Order: sequence, then C-alpha cells, then structure tokens
Amino acid sequence: MTGQAPGGGAAAVGHQLRHQLPLLLWLVLVWNLLWGTWSWANLLSGVVVALAVTLLLPLPPVVGGLTVRPLQVLAFAGAFLVDLVSSGAQVAWQTLRPRGIDRSAIIRVQLRTDSDLLLTIISEAVTLVPGSMVIDMDRENRTLAMHILHAEDEQDLERQRASVLTVEERVVRAFGSPDEVAALSAGASARDLGERRRTP
Amino acid sequence: MSGIDGVADGIAIVLVLLGALLCLTAGLGLVRFPDVLARMHAGTKPQVLGVLLIMVGGAIRLQGWSATWMLLLVAVFQMLTAPVSAHMISRVAYRRRHVRRDRLLVDELHTGERSDRVYRGDEPADAPPEEPGRALAESRREEQAEDGAG
Repeated sequence: MTGQAPGGGAAAVGHQLRHQLPLLLWLVLVWNLLWGTWSWANLLSGVVVALAVTLLLPLPPVVGGLTVRPLQVLAFAGAFLVDLVSSGAQVAWQTLRPRGIDRSAIIRVQLRTDSDLLLTIISEAVTLVPGSMVIDMDRENRTLAMHILHAEDEQDLERQRASVLTVEERVVRAFGSPDEVAALSAGASARDLGERRRTP
Repeated sequence: MSGIDGVADGIAIVLVLLGALLCLTAGLGLVRFPDVLARMHAGTKPQVLGVLLIMVGGAIRLQGWSATWMLLLVAVFQMLTAPVSAHMISRVAYRRRHVRRDRLLVDELHTGERSDRVYRGDEPADAPPEEPGRALAESRREEQAEDGAG
C-alpha cells in the first residue's frame, strides 16, 4: 500500500516511523485529550489508533523541520492572541456599523521565507490577523495574494504589507532555522529594491 | 467559597455571552458584506474569537479536567481549520470571478501577464474570457505554435 519494495520492508518501515514520530505523538495526545482522563488503556489504544491512522492514511512527509525557540514561541503566541482579539472585534464592528465596509483590495506580498511548513504557519496566522485573508500563494516566487477587507488608500495597503511581514518575522524567529532567520534581514533589502522597481 | 463560585460563574456568563454576540456578528457579516471574499472575513475572525470565548467560558463553568481538554481541542482545531476553509472558498471564488471588482481599490493578483485573456484550462467552463476576440485569436496562435513544434 505504501509502495515499498518487499526486500527492504523492515528498514523502510523503521525509517518511516522515525519520520512520523511527531505526528504519532500528536495523535496519541489528541486521543487522550478526547477521552479526557489519563490511563494506560487510553495510552495504549491511542498508540494503536495512531499507528493505524498513519499506516492506512499515509501523508507525505514534511520536508525540513522546526527549530522551536520557547521564548520566541511565547512572544509569537502572545502577539497572535492580541491580533486575534483585535481583528475579531474590528470585523465584528464593521459588520454592525450602519455604513458597512467601503472598499477592499487584493494585494500581493513578497515573503522572504522558503519553507513549506513555515509558509503554512504564516498563512494561517495572517488569515486571523486584522484585515487580511490569504487567497492564493505562489510557492515558487514566495508571494502571498491576500484580500484586504478595508482599504481606503495606498497607506492602508502599505500598513497591511508591513503587518504581514511582521507576522512572518515572528513566525520565523519562533520556528525557523538559523539560516531562515538570517534570510529575514537579507531578504528585507532585496524586497525594498523590488518594491522600488515595481512602483511607477 | 460560594463567593468565589459566584465570581467564576459571572465571568463565565460574560464570556459565553460575548462569544455568542461575536458569532452573531459573524452571521450578520455573511448577510451584509458585498461579496464572497469579504464574507469569508466575517466567517473567520469574529467567529473563531467567539468560539474561543465560549470555550473559555465553558471551561470555567464546567469544572472538571476532562471537559477542559475537550474544549481545548475544539479551540485548537477551530483555529487550524477555519483559516484553511476560508482560504479554499475564497480561492475558488476568485478563480470563478465571484469578485465585486467595483469594490476593489487594487487587484494585484490580476496583473497583465496573469489576466485570463486566453483559455488556460483551469477555469470554470462558464467563465468567459475578459476579451473574447483576443482570447480566440491567441488560443489559435498557441495551437498553431504547438502544431509547428510537434
């Protein structure tokens, strides 16, 4: 089912298991949280279910990996919660107020990160950040296309771009490898050049 | 003891009511906003925040860890899945051109080389090209070029 040669079966399964260990741990954790109580029976049945899920419904492995920096993760989580509350309140007010919303916009933002996992986290976080929602992503050029709910003028757009880049920076500082953190500042200057070239 | 319980209940009530109000505004936004893309904003942000507040209120009121873990899971999956579904719907909406262009300040996704002058094959069958005559001419030219190459 997994398309392996029958000869190197055991080694391949071992390799696969090592690759999928975080996923297995997560599934066991979810299983235990669903039961709500801690017991050995829950733990063992969780392991069985996790193995069954990963073997029967295999997913492509996540390339790369995460470097977790606890302090930066906390900073990201805190900023994310603040963003979530303010964007929720903001959009709620825009639905309630009599004049509704005026103009929207669709903009493209050039990101500096080049990792599938980080880009996924960034686009999830950006969608919950005030005003923006990801429509499309150009993986090769690392651009996100996003819809801006409320955009009066160019300054609003620039502010949104800046806030997306801030989210990117927080995510990369929390989860990115040292190379990717370095790429943040290197990419910043290149991006400025690109912006200047593009604007007429 | 009853005083502490009373305060906790009060906080829980406020949180649940606030969350319900936010979910109501999410529904209002679905009705009042002009197009799919704007509606998806209403469907993600106030809604996720509302569910989170209700979960926190529930965790305070229900007392007992098993319920709390369950609520935590609901909150996590809500935050993981709501942006993805909103993204999928808005992507489809954009590709099917369910966009109120008169309400857009700019549309940078829709630049020169990306505009749908030519049928490219990943459009809905009922989506007309924006310049039909030119689309037809360019499609023919591409076909001829392919024939020449092959």
